[in-house]
Amino acid sequence: MAEVEKGTWKVKVGLAQMLKGGVIMDVVTVEHAKIAEDAGACAVMALERVPADIRAHGGVARMSDPELITRIMDAVTIPVMAKCRIGHFVEAQVLEALGIDYIDESEVLTPADEEHHINKHAFKVPFVCGCRNLGEALRRLGEGAAMIRTKGEAGTGNVVEAVRHARAVLGEIRRLQGMAPEEWMAAAKELGAPYELVVQVAQSGKLPVVNFAAGGVATPADAALMMQLGVDGVFVGSGIFKSADPARRAAAIVKAVTHYNEPKIVAEVSRGLGEAMPGLEIAAIPEPERLAVRGW
Amino acid sequence: MTKTYGVLALQGAFSEHVQILRQMSVQVVEVRLPEQLAELDGLILPGGESTTVGKLAVAYNLVEPIREMALRGIPVWGTCAGMIMMAKDAGHRQPLLGVMDIVVKRNAFGRQLESFETDLTIPALDEIAVTGELGQPFRGVFIRAPVIESFAPNVQALACLKDGQVVAAQQGNMLVTAFHPELSSDTRFHRYFLSLAT
Repeated sequence: MAEVEKGTWKVKVGLAQMLKGGVIMDVVTVEHAKIAEDAGACAVMALERVPADIRAHGGVARMSDPELITRIMDAVTIPVMAKCRIGHFVEAQVLEALGIDYIDESEVLTPADEEHHINKHAFKVPFVCGCRNLGEALRRLGEGAAMIRTKGEAGTGNVVEAVRHARAVLGEIRRLQGMAPEEWMAAAKELGAPYELVVQVAQSGKLPVVNFAAGGVATPADAALMMQLGVDGVFVGSGIFKSADPARRAAAIVKAVTHYNEPKIVAEVSRGLGEAMPGLEIAAIPEPERLAVRGW
Repeated sequence: MTKTYGVLALQGAFSEHVQILRQMSVQVVEVRLPEQLAELDGLILPGGESTTVGKLAVAYNLVEPIREMALRGIPVWGTCAGMIMMAKDAGHRQPLLGVMDIVVKRNAFGRQLESFETDLTIPALDEIAVTGELGQPFRGVFIRAPVIESFAPNVQALACLKDGQVVAAQQGNMLVTAFHPELSSDTRFHRYFLSLAT
């Protein structure tokens, strides 16, 4: 029998494929992680603070304490993800050394490099990266990301930016599909994306990796909305543990993602969940405090 | 008459199975609710997170009807998380179908960094091999994969790793694989499943 190959593109992308149709939840304690797992999360994101608190706290947001991350890894059987700063490849090396299942090179943390993202091909652990449009998604794939998420605006409980970014990515894919081959190079130039990936998307009509929505999902209906728009699953950050009844809301969002095309079920699971997290108007956030613009 | 196969679509890599089945001129139904199980000629339980899938299967009353299908002899195939669902024992307190006489160990190789690809020798696939496929290895993609730790005498091991760990097995019309044939372009496992008599 041939040798065993680890860290291949297929196993990196493959784990994200196993997460599809699921909800990845931000958790800041072992207790949260267990609540998320019990509610049916397909993975958790281990963090010191959810984005709403990062926003409120201000200052430089960094990778979480390895102690917290490992305690969460030990507490649940589902995959555990953790965030590193954009361009901070040593934080990524630390997370890989901890044996984390997926790294999110995230705009929610304060960027460490304002020109370059991490060369993700250099790692055996897979990465997920945020995007606001197709060009950004394909640049991240070019750098080796094995999963994409639309950014939305984290920590706001406002789904409007998540919708904007998902529509941008999916709309641009549809536009590429309608192009003649001689138009692909100009499209690659315009998108700022690698030509080979533009050709692949134009021909297949989809991203070559799994694409989740993130940033502002707070209700079961928000989650089902993103699924109907055409993403493969959702990240919920502050939306669960900043709400009145996290366990019930988490389970409801899981069910709404599975049954996103069944309005009766979405209605049923939305009953009596208590207060959602308080939302923020995007226009009320000063330009320098918007997270989605981080990343290049 | 065209046969109809279901793919459990609660969570996980169900669309990959749906796409492969659609290339094989069978009807395909995505199963999220019990009424979608009616009159299926077979069912695939895909990879995903077994705890998530198990909880949703319980919440939407799918456990009993799927168990009955499997026990009636309708072909059911579980890949990875689906294999965990099929087992009578998964070494962890979680909802299972518990139809197959196997004991599985979840995340048997460790976390994602230990996920791997390797070539497997699977003699049973020669039954459905077409020209050029006979005796060819099957590329196994193992993602945070389980293994079959032990099994009853009525269970047949179909594939083993080099160290002898069992990663595919069959009991009557019940089939399990710890790896993901739906992630490769090799359709032999899907054809083998469709060849199981209904």
